[in-house]
Amino acid sequence: MANTAKKIKTPNFNEPEVTKELSATFGLNSDEHDLMLKIVGRTPTYTEAGIFSVMWSEHCSYKSSRFHLKKLPTEAPWVIDGPGENAGVIDIGDGQAAIFKMESHNSPSFIEPYQGAATGVGGIMRDVFTMGARPIANINALRFGEPSNELTKHIISGVVGGIAGYGNCMGVPTVGGETNFHADYNGNPLVNAMTVGIANTDKIFRAAGAGINQPVVYIGAKTGRDGIHGATMSSAEFDDESESKRPTVQVGDPFTEKLLLEACLELMKQDAIISIQDMGAAGLTSSSVEIAAKGNIGVELNLDHVPQREEMMSPYEIMLSESQERMLLILKPGKEELAKSIMEKWDIDFAVIGKTTKDQRLKINMYGKCWCDIPVPPLVDEAPEYERPYIKSKKAEEIENNSYNFPEGGVIEALKTLMECPDLASKRWIWEQYDSLVRGETIYGPGIANTQSERAADAAIVKIYETKKALAITSDCTPRYCKANPVEGGKQAVAESYRNICATGATPLAVTNNLNFGNPEVPEIMGQFVECLEGMGKACKELNYPIVSGNVSLYNATNGNPISPTPVIGGVGLIQDINKATGIGFTSEDEIIYVIGKTNGHLGQSLFLREIAKQEEGNSPFVDLKEERKNGQFIRKCIDIKAISACHDISDGGIAVAVTEMALASNIGAKISGEDSAKFWFGEDQSRYIISTKTPEEFEKIADENNIEILKIGSTGGNEISINNNNISIKTLLEINEAWLPQYMAG
Amino acid sequence: MKTSIIVFPGTKCEKDMAMDVEKISGRKANMIWHKETDIGNPDIIILPGGFSYGDYLRCGAMAAHSPIMQEVIKKAKNGTKILGVCNGFQMLVETKLLPGALLHNRTLKFICKQVNLRTETNNSPFTQNMNKGDIIKVPIAHGEGNYFADEKTIKTLEDNDRIAFKYCNEKGEIDEESNPNGSINNIAGIFSEDKKILGMMPHPENSILDYQANQNGKSLFEGILKEIA
Repeated sequence: MANTAKKIKTPNFNEPEVTKELSATFGLNSDEHDLMLKIVGRTPTYTEAGIFSVMWSEHCSYKSSRFHLKKLPTEAPWVIDGPGENAGVIDIGDGQAAIFKMESHNSPSFIEPYQGAATGVGGIMRDVFTMGARPIANINALRFGEPSNELTKHIISGVVGGIAGYGNCMGVPTVGGETNFHADYNGNPLVNAMTVGIANTDKIFRAAGAGINQPVVYIGAKTGRDGIHGATMSSAEFDDESESKRPTVQVGDPFTEKLLLEACLELMKQDAIISIQDMGAAGLTSSSVEIAAKGNIGVELNLDHVPQREEMMSPYEIMLSESQERMLLILKPGKEELAKSIMEKWDIDFAVIGKTTKDQRLKINMYGKCWCDIPVPPLVDEAPEYERPYIKSKKAEEIENNSYNFPEGGVIEALKTLMECPDLASKRWIWEQYDSLVRGETIYGPGIANTQSERAADAAIVKIYETKKALAITSDCTPRYCKANPVEGGKQAVAESYRNICATGATPLAVTNNLNFGNPEVPEIMGQFVECLEGMGKACKELNYPIVSGNVSLYNATNGNPISPTPVIGGVGLIQDINKATGIGFTSEDEIIYVIGKTNGHLGQSLFLREIAKQEEGNSPFVDLKEERKNGQFIRKCIDIKAISACHDISDGGIAVAVTEMALASNIGAKISGEDSAKFWFGEDQSRYIISTKTPEEFEKIADENNIEILKIGSTGGNEISINNNNISIKTLLEINEAWLPQYMAG
Repeated sequence: MKTSIIVFPGTKCEKDMAMDVEKISGRKANMIWHKETDIGNPDIIILPGGFSYGDYLRCGAMAAHSPIMQEVIKKAKNGTKILGVCNGFQMLVETKLLPGALLHNRTLKFICKQVNLRTETNNSPFTQNMNKGDIIKVPIAHGEGNYFADEKTIKTLEDNDRIAFKYCNEKGEIDEESNPNGSINNIAGIFSEDKKILGMMPHPENSILDYQANQNGKSLFEGILKEIA
């Protein structure tokens, strides 16, 4: 189904001459412009300059971040593919691999929330099935502006609709996520989407591997004029003119993607594909350059054959289009007809658009003329890399934890305020729009009082088809910790991910990350980036929890106001027997409740401080990584030998909120007691869990043997939460917790 | 039980259905691609959920005019049993094998959650293993499941025992609060006149296996099995 556009003689596209000024509008600075000229050896054509500018955009080249990313730990015996391919790949035994990655679609989601979020989900699923995996779960991490901001409601509505519209149609369950609100995101919401897929370890497909004289094949949706320079837009700050960038946002078609998914997986069963790359950011440009660079070859394209949606497109437009749902393949010579017949079955366009060459150049022909002839290696290897100057963050001032008391109304009033605040309020309004059950393998889905899988856990648990195994999947970041203390915040994001996986009984295996920051050219912001990475690296190393894929999103600032540093961690763990997977809900009355880990009562940067004392003050809680690992291993052991029946990590809102959530998840109350202070009940010390057990003696013995600090705080039962004999019914707490978001969205 | 599951390009619940058919009947289902024209001689045809042809028009509207559906209609006229779930139900009303229409949910949003259904009759091959009044909790996952028909049609359905399930509360009461999508009379599923066709919006196939939230869908599938085994 090659494009049958009539042979027209070379049209005149009135393309301007490439000057420093033009390069500047493409986002290339003066030095980068000069370097481009040196590489090309003459004044580049308009098409060539377009290609250089997107390849060297922050989004595609990681020019500000590469230097620091190299320092992250990426290896473990079970890692098959670390960063560098479309997604990370880990061995989960029995010849199977989990393939996953998280990616942001922040700027498009601000400009056009529905399509921005939808195409973000589409793009990340493509990254995963490009490698030969069937996607089995999606999760997401969303950050919105403060509720009182006039744009927030509109953005939530569009983003959630877009994620639902795309994911639901694809038949991939959306099983979890996190949503926070803060004024720092008023002009820059964050939409980070993660997909996890399963493949056989001997059937993993990569961009690398292409040789000479092999057909270059285009499959998928037709190319239109949408998303041109999207990667460039995503590499600049926003200002009041950003609305005018709407045409750079792509439009998604989940139905075509579903066909593309099934067609690719069917073709992958044949021995036909040598290498494959999805057309994501910078579309045909980055996919062809990627395949050429990784194969040490050249690519010659004839764009006349590219399936086109619009007439008279210029080579510049075709090369820079970010139209969705497209793939570039290198086929084994002679397999073209076989591949074509599979694409026809699924009604997917198929076109041979060029061939691989020996000369390591990217050549582009169309309308009977050559529009681009540039060397590939320097385009990739000499891409600018900046070690941007940075300033270390100011040391946060510690606060006096003992000087904070309960508000009027006591501990229960504080608990009520927290359970209804936007960050802790139920996100049912969001996740009930996501199909979390399709495929029939979702053991634990999103939320606390879950109405889909009817069970809640600290991580989503998705069974692997035809096995007893399941993956545990979670996304985590506490931006307020990262802002106050980037090193500890970076550590904490990884540690909380680790904790959430351990709390289900699964073994944490590896993470993907999505590093959302402001403008790296501002030394304070670059400092946040460097320090968050430092913390992350330390935690990943100590916890043996390597980073196998990721995405960097910089320039998240509007009119000079940056977002809070938000390095989101997407964690994946494995549980061998789904029957042992443990949730947060209490399972019966009269069980004994313990706190695992040491409680000091750290209130700095806590939710209590922000929501009740109305202060965003203090230092972030310290993460003792050795303690983290020790406590995590202990929890997994207890779950494995069935010594505990429910487990929840202690995070936002401390012990009081954690126990309340366990009650809301099960409709079984709890009577707990302890030090009568705000810092005890609402402090956010790290590396802690709440557990309940039917066999307290056995449990205490194991804790003692393993040198684990535990504290008995009470027992389960009844229909109230009782804290030091101050009571409130679960029903009231549930109503408070469920009320805020639907009321806000309806208002 | 010989089962044929029809797979359209945008179908997404065929895997879930196939797992259940195998679990309950012990036989693998035949997966029939929409471009094929021979359905074989199954005891039951299942139209699973999904987005058939993308459903950018009305859900199921394009599928209703596909060649394979003409075969399904022929089989239906010869008495082959048909179960249409979610998008499958939408196809059955678009082909007029069942009366009425499925409109956008009244919230205008996609909804995925467990709902309670009251079994309205056990006088059908599908519900024969259940009792009238049985309450089963199964999930819904749809954007267009708001059942609508004119008054006369509703009366015919009610008078002729052709309503399979209604959305209800935990006690089995049919109330407004338990109606997730705005369906007339809380209707969740209906039969053809000869009761050989069942269309329903909820997904009993996701309430069968041990590790799923509950196993309430089993009685429905076992009923079908008993009939044709």
